[in-house]
Amino acid sequence: MNAKKLCLALGVFLLPLHAGAAAGEEVNVYSHRQPFLVQPLFDVFTEQTGVKVNTVFARKGLVERLKREGANSPADVILTVDISRLAESAEAGVTQAVRSRKLRRNIPRAYRDPRRHWFGLTTRGRIIAASKERVQPGEITRYEDLALPKWRGRVCTRSGKHIYMVALTASITAHHGRDGARQWLAGLKNNLARKPQGNDRAQVKAIRDGVCDVAVINTYYMGKMLSDPRQVSWAESVFMIFPNQDGRGVHVNVSGMAMTRSAPNRANALRLMEFLSGAVAQQIYAEQNHEYPVKKSTPLSGLVSSWGEFKSDELALARIAELRGEASKLADEVGYDN
Amino acid sequence: MPTRLATTIKSLLRRAAPGFTGGAGPAPAASRRLWWWTLLALLCLPVLAPVLSVVLLSFFPDGEDGIWHHLYSTVLGGYIFNTVALMAGVGVGVFCIGAGTAWLVTMYSFPGRAVFEWCLLLPLAVPAYLMAYCFTDLLEFSGPVQVFLRGIFGWSSARDYWFPDIRTLPGAVAVMSLVLYPYVYLMARLGFLELSSNLLESARTLGYGAAGAFYKVALPLARPAIAVGIALVCMETLNDYGTVDHFAVATLSRGVFDVWLNMGSLGGAAQLSSAMLVFAVLLVAVERAARRRRRYDQDHHRFKPLTRQPLRGGRAFLATAACALPVAAGFVLPGALLLHYAVGYWDSSRAGRFLEFAANSILLSTLAALTAVLFALFIAYARRLCRNPTSNALASLTAGGYALPGAMLAIGVLIPLSWLDNRVDAWAEANLGIDTGLLLSGTLAALVLAFVARFLAVASGAVEASLTRITPNMEHAARSMGYPPLKVLRKFHLPAIRGGLWAGLLLVFVDGMKELPMTLLLRPFNFETLSTFVYQYASSELLEECAAGGLLILAAGLIPVILLSRALTTGARGGRRVAREPVVVEYI
Repeated sequence: MNAKKLCLALGVFLLPLHAGAAAGEEVNVYSHRQPFLVQPLFDVFTEQTGVKVNTVFARKGLVERLKREGANSPADVILTVDISRLAESAEAGVTQAVRSRKLRRNIPRAYRDPRRHWFGLTTRGRIIAASKERVQPGEITRYEDLALPKWRGRVCTRSGKHIYMVALTASITAHHGRDGARQWLAGLKNNLARKPQGNDRAQVKAIRDGVCDVAVINTYYMGKMLSDPRQVSWAESVFMIFPNQDGRGVHVNVSGMAMTRSAPNRANALRLMEFLSGAVAQQIYAEQNHEYPVKKSTPLSGLVSSWGEFKSDELALARIAELRGEASKLADEVGYDN
Repeated sequence: MPTRLATTIKSLLRRAAPGFTGGAGPAPAASRRLWWWTLLALLCLPVLAPVLSVVLLSFFPDGEDGIWHHLYSTVLGGYIFNTVALMAGVGVGVFCIGAGTAWLVTMYSFPGRAVFEWCLLLPLAVPAYLMAYCFTDLLEFSGPVQVFLRGIFGWSSARDYWFPDIRTLPGAVAVMSLVLYPYVYLMARLGFLELSSNLLESARTLGYGAAGAFYKVALPLARPAIAVGIALVCMETLNDYGTVDHFAVATLSRGVFDVWLNMGSLGGAAQLSSAMLVFAVLLVAVERAARRRRRYDQDHHRFKPLTRQPLRGGRAFLATAACALPVAAGFVLPGALLLHYAVGYWDSSRAGRFLEFAANSILLSTLAALTAVLFALFIAYARRLCRNPTSNALASLTAGGYALPGAMLAIGVLIPLSWLDNRVDAWAEANLGIDTGLLLSGTLAALVLAFVARFLAVASGAVEASLTRITPNMEHAARSMGYPPLKVLRKFHLPAIRGGLWAGLLLVFVDGMKELPMTLLLRPFNFETLSTFVYQYASSELLEECAAGGLLILAAGLIPVILLSRALTTGARGGRRVAREPVVVEYI
């Protein structure tokens, strides 16, 4: 390779550096949420403020990237899909406390970190979907029922190692202790109609196909299926059960955000965070992804409001995050995914 | 300016290492060897650093204690069994499909042979996880196959009949064999094309039939090439996460992510990854052993190109079917399904962005392919010149990156790079008062480095396989003319191993187009490639939404695959030319 080519190659390598350095008002986001979900929000934000939003999306490892990049990290805000990742980033020391009256006003106490490091943006309930044909209303009303021998060979769930299942197991652990949770998970494992596989949507499809009769899913999946012409029939084959209404209530989880400790564009990061918790963004979350906005006054999507009010478990989210390791081990111990 | 720079570098090099630029006459063998050894070490350093970082991490266990006890008493046995079974299954699968079809298209003529010759490489363009999604859609309860069967037999529910579940270990073996066999096909064909028909005729005169000639002559001679292919496939199987996750097969790579993300122990995950490296080392050892026992005693002066035997009737039909099946299942079927979805879910607003994504994918893969092959060439050549155990070990270790799960290797890239960046920043701030920020982390350069760390094994496999075909005698002849190594490399080796270089370039390119976990984690802001675009939907099991992007990945793979096939035939021809008329003669 001659010198000319070498210079050219070097130029191509270093190009991104200059592209990044030349930009004006901007805010940098590391996102665990898919671009197709958050981009519409960012577009509105840019339109309103003129601040450009740069993103990197990945499913895992962004906290580690933040940690390694340290004080020089270009990231300002991190977005996650559940409480565990939020807690993980706070524990790793890559976030900073944020004082904002707007955030405090918009987000109820239950859904933000007492140390002000992380903030919930939307909530979702983990509910039971049951076949309209093969399950009577009132036949199953609690998470605990899923482990009863009566449901042997009739239950479908996704992998016991998936964050949503791990969080549910963690909530059972918090309420029934480790042994109680283990017993419950073993019972549930016994009742599975097939080896855990696919996402929540796939479980509902399995009910439609007659593989199983009840499944555990997140609320917004119902909304998504009902707004997709190919999947309507899946959703219509089941009815929704908000469990434990006579007791502690439905297990809920949050998607959320935190400001990184290094945040080079702190002011813009705060603007973005306040925007995401504000009325416009919360409405987009509600309409587009059928989640429950954390901001109280936000109207729910028509579909979601048709599901009615329900009582949700008030167990501190931080406790669920704490117990996630234990819950994941329980899944191994009962051989949940085997 | 560039020329002056080049002259300066040249003169510096001449002083530092006589023999490099060719002007200084023959240098003492020892110092020249030291020079090459240093070059080898320097090239290996950036490739080994990420792998070593992961190994190093494993000495700093974090999170809770007792993770190994927990794993050992619960799932570790299952992880290891599934991993070994998957590798063994896929290894056998790709050998049967890859070597079998390569033998057919090389030795016989039958209807469609010329087309299959390149078509058989097509599944190379299909990412394994995309294939897994497609097969699930096709074979599940509500997929077309079962709907069709229910229509015929009048079944109504899943409980009325038995149908094999695709989301299992055998399902994963089938899917991964179908997308990975082209590696073995490619390598085996390279090996078979080198055979002289004299040898096979001798086998025949000794009373061996077609099968005998295959097992007793062709297979042993092509063994090194095939071994490289299978070793690559096994490592690809070892590091795969997307497919096994979708198929709910608990392998070691799934364990790595569970320990890291659910149990919060990156150190534990690194330990598990290091255990996976042991598998990789074993694979490399087996592959090297397979290569070592080979002798190069084909008489090149009497090389006679193979003449293909015509097949007729039932045999011709069987041969056609045997070649058509892997192409149909590995490329046509997923391609057709994606096309079907893409047409149904076409959203014209995305069309413009697709071009940008494709351009990003191509830029990244091209840079990675060029860099990886350059590294592979110099490492292989330096190792050939040094011929000592350390250089061998060093070069072998560079394959380790291919065996680690991508996201783990990405962490391994992050560690040394961000360390370096932060050091440079601190130094510049203290001494120059400049805030440099992160110079490399989060840039395209970091991503290219990560790709090289990962795919060097592929490039090296291709380069070394063709380099071993140059006998030491031929090289000695060239060297005894007094040419310095670099000139020998340029004038003598490069033309002879052109086929291998092309194969390496194109393989890394195609692999790069499919790569996902490292691109996701290490990319610069707003840098979207085809595979990251597809993934955000596919990971939510929304295959329809991203089908157009998936099709583009397949299409982008087509061109290199066709080039690869051409390079394969011309490369082998070039090899023969060299063999018959040693190039050295031209320089005398």
